[in-house]
Amino acid sequence: MITDQKAPPQEQLTRRPRGVVSFLAQHRELASALAFFVLMMLVFTIASPSVWLNSLSYTAVFVSLPIYIILVVPLVFVVVAGEIDLSFASVVGVAALVFSELVLVGWNPYLCLVLAILAGGVAGLINGILVAYFGLSALIVTLGMNFFWRGFIQIITNGTGAPLAFLENTSFHNVFVGQVGIIPVQMLWAAGFAILGIVLFTYHKFGAYVRFVGDNSQSAQEMGINVRLVKVVSFVYVGLASGLVGVLAILINNNFYPTVGDGYLLTVLAAIFVGGTPGIGGIGTVAGGIIGAFTVGFIESGIVAAGLTGYWTQFIYGIVIVLSLVTHRLYSPHHKT
Amino acid sequence: MAGPLVELRHVSKSFGSVYALQDINLALHEKEIVSLLGDNGAGKSTLTKIISGVHSPDEGELYIKGNKVVRWNAARARLMGIETVYQDKALAEHQNVISNIFMGREIATRLGFINGRRQRQEAEALMRRIGFTSKVMSPNSVVSSLSGGEREGVAIARSMFFKADLIILDEPTTALSLTQSQEVLNFVERARQEGSAVLFISHNIFHSHQVADRIVIVDRGRIAAQMGKKDISAIELTELMQDLAKGREVLARKGDAISLEETSEIPSSQTDRRSLA
Repeated sequence: MITDQKAPPQEQLTRRPRGVVSFLAQHRELASALAFFVLMMLVFTIASPSVWLNSLSYTAVFVSLPIYIILVVPLVFVVVAGEIDLSFASVVGVAALVFSELVLVGWNPYLCLVLAILAGGVAGLINGILVAYFGLSALIVTLGMNFFWRGFIQIITNGTGAPLAFLENTSFHNVFVGQVGIIPVQMLWAAGFAILGIVLFTYHKFGAYVRFVGDNSQSAQEMGINVRLVKVVSFVYVGLASGLVGVLAILINNNFYPTVGDGYLLTVLAAIFVGGTPGIGGIGTVAGGIIGAFTVGFIESGIVAAGLTGYWTQFIYGIVIVLSLVTHRLYSPHHKT
Repeated sequence: MAGPLVELRHVSKSFGSVYALQDINLALHEKEIVSLLGDNGAGKSTLTKIISGVHSPDEGELYIKGNKVVRWNAARARLMGIETVYQDKALAEHQNVISNIFMGREIATRLGFINGRRQRQEAEALMRRIGFTSKVMSPNSVVSSLSGGEREGVAIARSMFFKADLIILDEPTTALSLTQSQEVLNFVERARQEGSAVLFISHNIFHSHQVADRIVIVDRGRIAAQMGKKDISAIELTELMQDLAKGREVLARKGDAISLEETSEIPSSQTDRRSLA
């Protein structure tokens, strides 16, 4: 028999440390991702103070940063669920194609946006069903789907693009990729999307189920969680986000091009890992992933502003990714083997 | 209440041509701790899986609180208050104790938002009540940082939180150290104080004896003996199990020459103190 003396008094149990410092102490992945980003920006600012003390430089980065953020958020769910999606870059292209084809024949752009997002969702649904119900490897299936959708776009378009300049200065254009003061509107959409993602991940059953499924899918099953459904929903989430990104990307460029989305694959994945999601099922952070997106989003501009040529970009990417993983490994218990 | 918590009447189960259980009659009562002993292949796990709804019996009936059950399955068993803690414990390693206790049954709003504060309060209250706290462990501790005994404790706490009438523990002390095993045995006692009955399955005769009110020995698909804890010492129980094992060797040598009934008469001076089935 254990006596009650062994149990600590109530206040000792219920007292939870508060404040920013203890919050970061409890969320080490987030803390080290943030520390890394701050450090990187410090180095950039020292290298070219005139650029990074000027708010216009941030505006420039904020034009494309939302795309990374919107893709990173749902991908963290998939990675935490113990899966991976390598097809989103091409799904972005498919959604862009759906939008541009329909808007060019005169459909209402808002309707076209909804259909483009739904097209992304269907692509995600296909991934989810193949992985969860057919038991196929997500790595291989989504790699295959990436080729499939990109090929599909090339066949439909014959490899040609389509101008969308007629949308510029329309209210639709301004609502999604206009500018409020010095902030590009898409940054606000991304912020909303990010908050929704963080809330879902942290406070909603779906986020909890994603962690359980990635952590120990057999246990989750035994405790009555529909493991397959959780996986499918995660893939659909990525698909829907890719659909939104497809439209934003071509609106920003005022142009549809058949390779739209191609460059996002590795950078978005890098953002997730830089952000402190280790790629072991059950562990990850959406907020950290967003910080990772900032890190990745600022690298290129930072390198160019520092006077290096664009040829340095990939080299520095490599250094940043490896260094940030080392940081996580040193500071986060989860990254230890 | 009409009848015992769980009652098996004339239950038989076979897999192919092999009889796993033959004509089992067993009753488990409220707030009673019953240890189920038996060698590998004796039918212990088949018996527990019938109670937990994983298997359904070929013959015989199962009664819960005096009511005969039909279409018995694992989900219904859980609804009827029967929780099973399997050897894998069904825990998510990288999540904290609170999340694990509420896994799949979160306290949430209709829109699915988890009431984290209430979950923490409830988990803390439960853990304090069962003495399941220490300086290094809190409800926020991640399961991977816990010892084997503490993990078993989380799994037991989970079944206790949902007010199980019967908790089935499958080999809860296997691969645990001495002190950790003792912790688990303490949790079993706490579970009873919280109002649960416990079916305790273990190879460890001393653990089984220490924790039990009643000991049931299964041998070759039959209940070979059952006795109250006060009727037998742990040492005598060990001797009894050894005799049973020898009986089996005799059976193996002589084949069909010895019938099952004969071997259940254990050659021991303690016979009069046991009720033999």
